[in-house]
Amino acid sequence: MKSIVRNAFLAMVVLSFFTACNKSGKKDGQANGALASNAAERVYVAPGKYDEFYAFVSGGFSGQLSVYGLPSGRLFRVIPVFSQDPEKGYGYSEETKAMMMTSHGFVPWGDAHHPDISQTNGELDGRWVFINENNTPRIARISLKTFETSEILEIPNSAGNHTSAYVTENTEYVVAGTRFSVPIPQRDMPIKDYKGNFKGAISFIKVDQESGQMDLSFQIMMPGFDYDKAHPGRGKSHGWFFFTTYNSEEANSLLEVNASQNDKDFIAAVNWKKAEEYLKAGKFTTMPVNYAHNNFNENTHTATTTWGKTVRVLNPAECPGLVYFLPTPKSPHGCDVDPTGEYIVGSGKLAASITVHSYTKMMAAIENKKFDGDAYGIPILKYEAVLAGTVVQPGLGPLHTEFDANGNAYTSFFISSEVVKWKLGTWEVLDRQPVFYSIGHLMIPGGNSRKPFGKYLVAMNKITKDRFLPTGPEVSQSAQLFDISGDKMQLLLDFPTIGEPHYAAGIPAEKIMANSQKIYKLEENKHTNAIKGESEGKVVRKGNEVHVYMTMIRSHFAPDNIEGVQVGDKVFFHITNLEQDYDVPHGFAVLGNNNSELLIMPGRTTTLVWEPKEVGVWPFYCTDFCSALHQEMQGYIRISPKNSNVPISYTLDGDKLGK
Amino acid sequence: MKKMKLISTLLLTGLFLVSCGGDKKDNAASETKTEAVKTENLDPMLDKGVGPITRIEIGALDQALADKGKAIFAAKCTACHKIEKKYIGPALQGITKKQSPEWIMNMILNPENMLANNATAKALLAEFNAPMANQNLTQDEARAVYEYFRTQE
Repeated sequence: MKSIVRNAFLAMVVLSFFTACNKSGKKDGQANGALASNAAERVYVAPGKYDEFYAFVSGGFSGQLSVYGLPSGRLFRVIPVFSQDPEKGYGYSEETKAMMMTSHGFVPWGDAHHPDISQTNGELDGRWVFINENNTPRIARISLKTFETSEILEIPNSAGNHTSAYVTENTEYVVAGTRFSVPIPQRDMPIKDYKGNFKGAISFIKVDQESGQMDLSFQIMMPGFDYDKAHPGRGKSHGWFFFTTYNSEEANSLLEVNASQNDKDFIAAVNWKKAEEYLKAGKFTTMPVNYAHNNFNENTHTATTTWGKTVRVLNPAECPGLVYFLPTPKSPHGCDVDPTGEYIVGSGKLAASITVHSYTKMMAAIENKKFDGDAYGIPILKYEAVLAGTVVQPGLGPLHTEFDANGNAYTSFFISSEVVKWKLGTWEVLDRQPVFYSIGHLMIPGGNSRKPFGKYLVAMNKITKDRFLPTGPEVSQSAQLFDISGDKMQLLLDFPTIGEPHYAAGIPAEKIMANSQKIYKLEENKHTNAIKGESEGKVVRKGNEVHVYMTMIRSHFAPDNIEGVQVGDKVFFHITNLEQDYDVPHGFAVLGNNNSELLIMPGRTTTLVWEPKEVGVWPFYCTDFCSALHQEMQGYIRISPKNSNVPISYTLDGDKLGK
Repeated sequence: MKKMKLISTLLLTGLFLVSCGGDKKDNAASETKTEAVKTENLDPMLDKGVGPITRIEIGALDQALADKGKAIFAAKCTACHKIEKKYIGPALQGITKKQSPEWIMNMILNPENMLANNATAKALLAEFNAPMANQNLTQDEARAVYEYFRTQE
């Protein structure tokens, strides 16, 4: 009996091998054949080993920036940028509330779009990531030392900060073009009078090379088109910046029809070095504006808002040589410049072909005045005079292009859901791979710099449908990792993303990891409410405000028994984490607090406000498992009725602090 | 209060008595686990512990250095240590008479390895439950703290 069973089993196994052989035999010639079969091995990063690249992936409507490792697709961290994050206390703590400040007041959410890593000589340098917010126009700078948002600058005169946050090749400027044109200055007027009256501002933000501080340097007041995407010139075209436009029809309603009427819209070529000359010559007007500039100080651990009141404005019609229009078919979206700086790729969303302009030809056309009229005083260059070539019918709905180091370009196609690899100069299609589904952006680490690291390509997809286990009507968006080191692209991995991944920026890990900060040094902590030792703990009443100066260390708070607080008081917990070791944050929460927890890094001081509403004795505790005695890290605060005569007291282990 | 001090003193004395018994080996600074086991019966003043400090010369008391150490101690250590009484960690009065300067500095600079590999440190962890935190002092800072301890004998 046993032997029969065994023989039958063996026969089945043998049979299955035959079947398998047939299958693989058939598949050999296909893209998903034997070559791709070790995909698992190529994305496997063994436990305790590091990924080769960081990928900073836009969180889209989450407002945040997520940090992944490549090739593993492992999520390391979500950096809160434009949205409050109760997990970290970001935007809730007294120190970080100012980061959310705008001219429209406190804005707790943002729509994050295009991260871009700072560059030096056209190469990624790993100092900062910039990312734009579309809805309430802002740009954030994230430190790649602390992996925290250091600065948020509001952009005045903008209304949909989509054409952003791309940097020039020495991070001289970050740009911010407006997707929606509006009346400038804003005023009460009929919407139907859009044409000729609405304007689109393109902002240039100067970056201090030491501190990274952003400064709104100037704006160019452009015609009322929609400004969509941009990339800087590099190498020979350094000094120029290229912006796609659509809605050159200046429609104000049903844009999906009315902004698709013109056969060609434009890529605006902006000579920012020329702009500097005009500024120096005083050819600008100073316009009153009002915008918030929020800075998080790494020494005081506190954000403050300052207000910008003016901006210098250049009118391109009065500044010859500042802006030229390059006609580009069918509402171009992506605007990508190859590593040499010669080719400017415009992806007409509705075009059958990809249009590539030549920087050299553009300069010659300008020189020889090969113009085809003008738009609001901005010369339109002759299409044939600037065209380098077209990639003919590579797919449907081209959106974005990135580059490898070998003269190849990779374009995403939203409608036909694929990535197409093509050759710069010959414009021939070399390979195509399907993506699942509806790709928007794609990213090659360094793929929009002078030095791409052309090993991996990340496709960022809008639709996942059946790719992961279903999670109700709302499913995640996704990234797909391709190996592009060979002639053919090979799909290695799917992984879900935070929010909608509009673009990403990848960089070799070694350019960042050594600089990653581990702790905040207590001696460098200049927070006004920091206390530098347990004995300095105290509780101070100022009218109905009660300020608790508290320390935390494994595994107790000091003080941990607080009395003399009353209903109606506003309690400020100023908490300093005295730890000076890596990866020992402590958390803090008190029962019924209406804001968030705090997550306090070693050496840092953070403040939570609590307004007790009920008499009682209420616990607070550490929310982040910190040690073997984490469960013991707790304390009590006694809340007495209003006007009670219970005196303020604060103790630890029965002793008053400060002795 | 006094009672507590007495208990802690007794406990500490007990601990040292245990570790004092037996023959005296002097390969104290050895960093391997197997060697660490051998230190079980070492004279604590000869036990240098494990860590970056293998040998340090102690001269006449340097009051300026001790003052500097006092400030560092106040900022980085007092959340867990008091001089006169047992707290989260042991009382530190007279510590320089009980342990070698190398052991003390290694305990400050390299607590993770000390707790894993040094018999005395292991026994302290067993007694106090709370592992010594690494406060990332520099060697110079740890030396200053040691000098401060010399003023608290």
